[in-house]
Amino acid sequence: MRSNKVGWLLLAPTLVILATFGIVPFFYVLYVAFHQWNPFGASPFMAFNGASNFRRLVFDAEFLRAIWYTLKFAFFAVFSEIVIGYLLAQLFMREFPGRGFFRTIHTLPLIVAPIVVGSVWRLMTTPSIGIIPYYLNAWFGYEMNIGRDANAAFVLTVIMDIWHWTPLVTLTLLAALASLPKEPFEQAQIDGASRLQIFWHITLPMIRPAILATVFIRLMDALRTVDEVWMLTGGGPGAATRYIGLHIWKVVFPKTDYGYGSAISVVVLYLTLVMCWLLYVALVAPRARKRSL
Amino acid sequence: MQKERPLFSIGLWVLLSLLTLFPIYWLFVISVKPAVDLFTTPSLFIDTAYWTNYTNVLGNETLRRYMLNSVIISSGNAVLCTVLAFMACYALSRYDLGGKENIFFWTITNRMAPAAVFLLPFFLLFTQVFAIGDFKLYDTRIGMILLYCTFNLPFAIWTLRPTIDGIPKELDEAATVDGASTWTLIREVVFPLARPGLAVTLILTWVFAWNEFLLAATLTSFNARTITTGLSEYVTTTGTEWGTMASIAIITLIPALVVFAVVQRHIVAGLTFGAVKE
Repeated sequence: MRSNKVGWLLLAPTLVILATFGIVPFFYVLYVAFHQWNPFGASPFMAFNGASNFRRLVFDAEFLRAIWYTLKFAFFAVFSEIVIGYLLAQLFMREFPGRGFFRTIHTLPLIVAPIVVGSVWRLMTTPSIGIIPYYLNAWFGYEMNIGRDANAAFVLTVIMDIWHWTPLVTLTLLAALASLPKEPFEQAQIDGASRLQIFWHITLPMIRPAILATVFIRLMDALRTVDEVWMLTGGGPGAATRYIGLHIWKVVFPKTDYGYGSAISVVVLYLTLVMCWLLYVALVAPRARKRSL
Repeated sequence: MQKERPLFSIGLWVLLSLLTLFPIYWLFVISVKPAVDLFTTPSLFIDTAYWTNYTNVLGNETLRRYMLNSVIISSGNAVLCTVLAFMACYALSRYDLGGKENIFFWTITNRMAPAAVFLLPFFLLFTQVFAIGDFKLYDTRIGMILLYCTFNLPFAIWTLRPTIDGIPKELDEAATVDGASTWTLIREVVFPLARPGLAVTLILTWVFAWNEFLLAATLTSFNARTITTGLSEYVTTTGTEWGTMASIAIITLIPALVVFAVVQRHIVAGLTFGAVKE
């Protein structure tokens, strides 16, 4: 019909920009990862050193710890968000006046800049000025100090993430719940199924794709959390909340050990992709099986 | 299902809304308090508003520069991404390009990649490789505008695609039969119909660019520093200026609140790559 040349021309700027800022950095970091390069170190020039950056990385306790903390953080945050988000979505399924209004308010945290979220929580929790430690102490006699207590700092980053992102889960699952047919639920009730049975045998299988999709989106974001945690705890106390993104940004990068830093970047990217792929398989495989039946 | 208890639901949601809103409210409370009042018993209400924190921030030349940079970078990036995404979506929707669905999917992988992984390559490329003579992309507004395309352009393409696909192809054909050129067709037929979708895309990309912190913190030093980075500079290990920090945070928050009021319904669809539509 019409010349495809015009189509490619319209698409070209997008492809050029995404290639320049997406593909080029990828290959560049891969290239640097196989080199020894520290401009301010003993050997300021790039020199090929094979896989030795990667070999060093396997025994890097700081790096492994950062990975472990990140996984722990992502697991607790996403798991809580899914549970709370599902319950809230069920609450929104009821008819009550002002539902739209409350839903609007519930959306608010999603658009707040992560760096602002971090500031807010820091203001609320810093010992001696924060309102949360003040009342925890006044009412329960609990001394909360995120500057010293590693567990408190970890839990707080999880709570902050829950505050920030549960609304996304709620609204995603709400959309899924609202689109379900009514008949199976009515039938189950007539048959005398308990609420738990209905949830386990009807609701859960039906919204499984939506839950997996939400887990996928949330997990990808949780694994790369940097801004708000940096603002809240600075990765501390010690390295207790130094998640992998923070580790790259605040520890690896400033050392100007570019070869080793690149190797870490490549491995983190690889791990992210693998997790993406595993989740994608979990997400798509059941649907594909259904289609082939 | 079970008997509805509207009062119970309302009560619960009032409580949950307070939990949602309280942190933001508290930020505002801190921002209008003099520093000496911070260390006393926290009071939930504002006795007398003390605006000096704000006048200090707005009177600070460096912070004003950061704000201006943020406005320029977000606006430039939002316009660039929306225009390019409009062109790209039109091409993907109307032309029979080989492998176009793969290209469409590939765009989103750019958004999926963790930004922290690309800090180092971006830094090296911006300071050493992407250079024309003495001009380097590091610490320039144009560098940031282009860089933010990595996450905003895929987003814009994925948000706009349904809009462009939804415009009937028959309109294109009718216009072509009438002798319209591709340019006239896009300008006179497609653009007016896509306008609502374009507006949502423009607004959301703007706010994402405005909110960005990590890349700005790494790839700018002064000339192109943005307000989010300015905010982070106010947190130091020795003596944070809490009131100033809170008022910068409130200022950083304002555009997001405006956007929230305008396109609230589209936020979730945007954040889930269009997987959820209301």
